Amino acid sequence: MTDETNPAEFQNKRGGEHSHIKGWGIDRDPKNDPTYPMKSRTDEEIRGYTWERPEQQPVNIEVLKSVERPNITAVFGTSVPPSGLSGAIRRYAFKYSESSYGRWLPLVLADRINVFEGYFDDISKGTFPNIFAERGWKAELRYNRKSFVLKSVLAATLTTAGIILMINRSRR
Amino acid sequence: MLAMNFRGPFRVRADYDQPYPEIEHPEDAIVRVLRTCICGSDLHLYHGIVPDTRVGSVFGHEFIGEIVEVGSSVEKVKVGDKVMVPFNIACGKCAFCKQELYGNCHEANPQSTAAGGIFGYSHTAGGYNGGQAEYVRVPYADVGPTVIPEWMDPDDAVLLTDVVPTGYQAAEMGGIQEGDTVVVFGAGPIGIMAAKCSWLFGAGRVIVIDQYDYRLEFVRDYAQCEVYNFTELEDPVVFIKKTTDSLGADVCIDAVGGEAAGDTMNTLLGRKLLLQGGSTTALHWAINSVKKGGIVSIVGVYGPIDALVPIGNVVNKGITIRANQASVKKHLPKLIEHVKNGIIDPKQIISHRIPLEEVAEGYHLMSTKLDNCIKPVLIPPSA
Ligand SMILES: [Zn+2]
Ligand SMILES: [Zn+2]
Repeated sequence: MTDETNPAEFQNKRGGEHSHIKGWGIDRDPKNDPTYPMKSRTDEEIRGYTWERPEQQPVNIEVLKSVERPNITAVFGTSVPPSGLSGAIRRYAFKYSESSYGRWLPLVLADRINVFEGYFDDISKGTFPNIFAERGWKAELRYNRKSFVLKSVLAATLTTAGIILMINRSRR
Repeated sequence: MLAMNFRGPFRVRADYDQPYPEIEHPEDAIVRVLRTCICGSDLHLYHGIVPDTRVGSVFGHEFIGEIVEVGSSVEKVKVGDKVMVPFNIACGKCAFCKQELYGNCHEANPQSTAAGGIFGYSHTAGGYNGGQAEYVRVPYADVGPTVIPEWMDPDDAVLLTDVVPTGYQAAEMGGIQEGDTVVVFGAGPIGIMAAKCSWLFGAGRVIVIDQYDYRLEFVRDYAQCEVYNFTELEDPVVFIKKTTDSLGADVCIDAVGGEAAGDTMNTLLGRKLLLQGGSTTALHWAINSVKKGGIVSIVGVYGPIDALVPIGNVVNKGITIRANQASVKKHLPKLIEHVKNGIIDPKQIISHRIPLEEVAEGYHLMSTKLDNCIKPVLIPPSA
């Protein structure tokens, strides 16, 4: 492939007439140019960890804390405490600094294992996960029917072919 | 109550037996959700590229609602108030909140010091349940939640919780000076707003690069900018050099983040093997297309893992990089004025309205860009 872009066709038109754009330049601030030194701070941060902290939310679930912090933050989420094998891996990951692969790669692994734990959890509660619905394929059916039907037929054909192949092999 | 439930990559559902949120801290409020969105950055969670996204989580960091319960020390908002809730959870007291860095609060996320607390955005962002539910717990209710003005359309209000301020801050961090050429990578909702807001800072030329023609057409009309489809360019970096007197753009904005297409290596390492904090193609293009001494502004979301960023070019070209999650609360007063004066019309970008019950279809629609999807809004049955 050759790039046939002609520079002459793309003159860099600066300035120009922008009055048709509503609000053009209203928030213009020549001082907001970070390539020149600027500082607009309260210098709070140089005082270190000294602010008047909000009240501590009661820690009545397991919260994994970053080793880069002195404490658990005043508030935190309580959505899904660590549990099972994925939880054990997450606990291990939190021994490492946020700047370490030791922290993040185990978490990625834990996330994958957690998916299987989710299946078991669902089934143990008597619900069999409906993959078709959870993947939102109804939308595919609604907005992309043709390609969806094609894909489904292809998948069904391949599955059938695979099963026939397996049956034939086991007969041999 | 009804709430979205994450079951693993590409699998979510709406469950009716999700527990009601409770007041867990004296500064909490419980909000009945009226509108909530699926955000492009939710797709990073949905696709499984953000570590510590636990099965059973409720996503959703863009929502508005009515306060139905407040903790004992909440003073500024009361039951019955209709509020927009910034996506960042911020205490208002720590060293960073005092600098108006509400996206970087140090008292909202025990799991990480880099990321702040964000509603429904994995345990790496604090482990909070999000707003894609009928009810949601909102911590620090006196800091973030802002009462929606009487005259404001709820559809505009919900976009002020993330999309508009993030796009605005992307442009602001670009340090745009009068007449600057600004290139925005990504024509999703944030890229659209970044392009629109670039004019407010006095840009002389605004260019948007994306791979979907329908999004490019939309942003061209909405933000009155130039648009180019990178799949039709041999090399977007060369193209931008050519169209900017061979010097490069003054400001480049990365409004894509870790889901960027267009580079096999990045896709393999970042999106498939998860060894990078996502695919960094958009950031590569931004760094390489900006002029020497120029500014790259990043609002696209990347995972915490290191990434292959062309740092040598950053050094050699003397580029300033600015990046952050938007500090929504800081921008809200000005943005409310802009909406009032018709300078920004956020709700125009809403392309789909979907009942919360059909959240799985909503995610699939957003993820695969079906039906020219730009911004879906979810509406709970109790809204
Ligand atoms: Zn968002
Ligand atoms: Zn704070």
